[in-house]
Amino acid sequence: MTSPVITVRNLSKQYRIGTRRERYHTLRDALAEAFASIARRKARPRDEWIWALKDVAFEVAAGEVVGVIGRNGAGKSTLLKILSEITYPTEGRVDIHGRVGSLLEVGTGFHPELTGRENIFLNGAILGMTRAEIRRKFDEIVAFAEVEKFIDTPVKRYSSGMYVRLAFAVAAHLEPEVLLVDEVLAVGDIQFQKKCLGKMSDVARQEGRTILFVSHNMAAVESLCKRCLLFHAGRLIADGPVEKIVMRYQESIAEHAGGSVDLRAHPGRRKDSIPMMRTGTLSSQSQSPAAAVRMGSDLSVTVDFQSPNAAIRPVLGLVVKNYLGAGVFSVNNRIIPGFTFDPVREGRITCHLERLPLMPGTYTVDLYFGDEHHTLDAVFDSLSFEVTPADVYGSGKLPPAHCGPVFLPARWSMKHDTPGQSP
Amino acid sequence: MQELVHKAAVPDRVITPRGGWLSINWREIWRYRELLFFLTWRDVTIRYKQTALGILWAFIQPFLKMVVFSVIFGKLAGIDFGEGVPYAVGMYAGLLPWQFFSEALSRSSTSVVGSANLITKVYFPRLIVPLSSVGACLVDFAISFVILVGLMFYYDIPPALPILMVLPLIVMTVLAALGVGILLSSLNAAYRDFQHVVPFLLQIWMYVTPVIYPVNILPPGWRWMLLLNPMTGLVDAWRSAILGRPFAWGHLAASAGVTALVFVFGLYYFRKVESRFADIV
Repeated sequence: MTSPVITVRNLSKQYRIGTRRERYHTLRDALAEAFASIARRKARPRDEWIWALKDVAFEVAAGEVVGVIGRNGAGKSTLLKILSEITYPTEGRVDIHGRVGSLLEVGTGFHPELTGRENIFLNGAILGMTRAEIRRKFDEIVAFAEVEKFIDTPVKRYSSGMYVRLAFAVAAHLEPEVLLVDEVLAVGDIQFQKKCLGKMSDVARQEGRTILFVSHNMAAVESLCKRCLLFHAGRLIADGPVEKIVMRYQESIAEHAGGSVDLRAHPGRRKDSIPMMRTGTLSSQSQSPAAAVRMGSDLSVTVDFQSPNAAIRPVLGLVVKNYLGAGVFSVNNRIIPGFTFDPVREGRITCHLERLPLMPGTYTVDLYFGDEHHTLDAVFDSLSFEVTPADVYGSGKLPPAHCGPVFLPARWSMKHDTPGQSP
Repeated sequence: MQELVHKAAVPDRVITPRGGWLSINWREIWRYRELLFFLTWRDVTIRYKQTALGILWAFIQPFLKMVVFSVIFGKLAGIDFGEGVPYAVGMYAGLLPWQFFSEALSRSSTSVVGSANLITKVYFPRLIVPLSSVGACLVDFAISFVILVGLMFYYDIPPALPILMVLPLIVMTVLAALGVGILLSSLNAAYRDFQHVVPFLLQIWMYVTPVIYPVNILPPGWRWMLLLNPMTGLVDAWRSAILGRPFAWGHLAASAGVTALVFVFGLYYFRKVESRFADIV
């Protein structure tokens, strides 16, 4: 084994609480603080600080592809930002050997007024490619993105799919020795996501590049990585073979979720949320709360909410995900025409799902809550439930488990062709 | 393999907590010169895309300013640059560097905050951001220069030997704009108040700089104050270079001194706060 490419030692990063970023000062604050200290009076009450990362240490060897997983706010993105030198640690040290390329977002610096060609050069330069390098790979990038015809059109006229394809194509042709990737595969259509995953694993396998890959998509992590790091509340809590770590993560999610969950201080709350949802409850036909539901029976999701300010027309959205974290379906009462409630400040809203067409397994629910225009509160992986087998077809048999997460009613018909007669 | 072992000896990057005053990594900025070029090019391209007149705007604006100032301050207020120099030429010789300085300042002061999307997502030497803003203003500067040449032809003012000073003066003006611009860009990231301060500051600054009037209309007791303003000596020297007059070397030296001080302080202050940019913009 060669010596490590990335060495991380007692890495910690502190942020002011609540904002996840330091709020910028105004001059008035600075002057007020200066004045307060001159006057020997106590300045504002000390801000509370939070460790976004605490005492993290690990090593990555050359050619390793390492997945980084954990809940929102576990410190994954902060880690990548420190490794990319976008922000600096409060304590600790990182040594990196080789050229680092970071992909925290696709299309960084893309400008809508510029053409595809111009954006390739600009974005390439921003990602650290030289002009000669971009020129050499230009045709390959354009072909990969499948935008040959529109290469001299301003990207503001691109469809969102084309835009993402072009942006990813530039990034995919980056050739650093160490590549840091943050959830970039969450964008783009399925077809293209597959292509990108393919490109990334090619890169890792054939060219021996070291990759750190942050994702919520467990299927992607499992297919790309052999080793995985699990973060929780700023700490690295597990490091090992990917199957083991992913399983441990899923178990930890299940611990926090269940048939009825207090959402007020839930760790899965999205960072810009206004905490409006108070409890979430799952009910089956026979039980409430319910942590399990039979295939093909009804399930309802109830959320207790309170708006801190004005009365709102409540909108509840759910995303139901399978054990790998991939979405299976979503519903909300904003997209269903004419389904509007009167404005209220608090109450409970229930979504009734009839004859749930899910195959047996464990599912988790992301809850989104807001008014008729915006999402105001979101809690990921908040509820979880088990779908238990049921004889939905009346045949005593079920489709094979690995063929997909849903089952559907179906009808068959057949026309009898008499032998010897041609159509 | 051998290469890897060799590399292992010294890491390419060491990331540790940052704070305090740091040195400027010129070699790294040089390594990122292509990014500097592309960001400058982007600024220039975008400014004139989707405008019917395009780059002509860079010509129209200083031209109209010259006409309006000449009418108001030259004709109506009767300000005179002496020795039979037409007001338009005397004034424009000062307006040219001032216009560049003021454009560069207002653009670079908002550059760091305006590049939040880059700064929070990609590593590169942050100094590239204000550098490219000032760089983009050089294009407009070059175009405004053409107007000056036109005016000299129109009023039949042949260039004399002092015109050779234009080159060093350009360098000094760029350094002055960079120094103040870099300082303001980092101040604006740390204290958003500066987005309100800068436009106001620039307006006042123009009136305390001898742009629309000659230095010698100031009472001698006040002149030392104006020398704290690096643009005073510079604008005056530009005028001497264009009109072929003797230079006030003392004023120019004072300007150079203040410019150098501001430039160095601006650079180091920027370096001091840049490690926090991603957390505060």
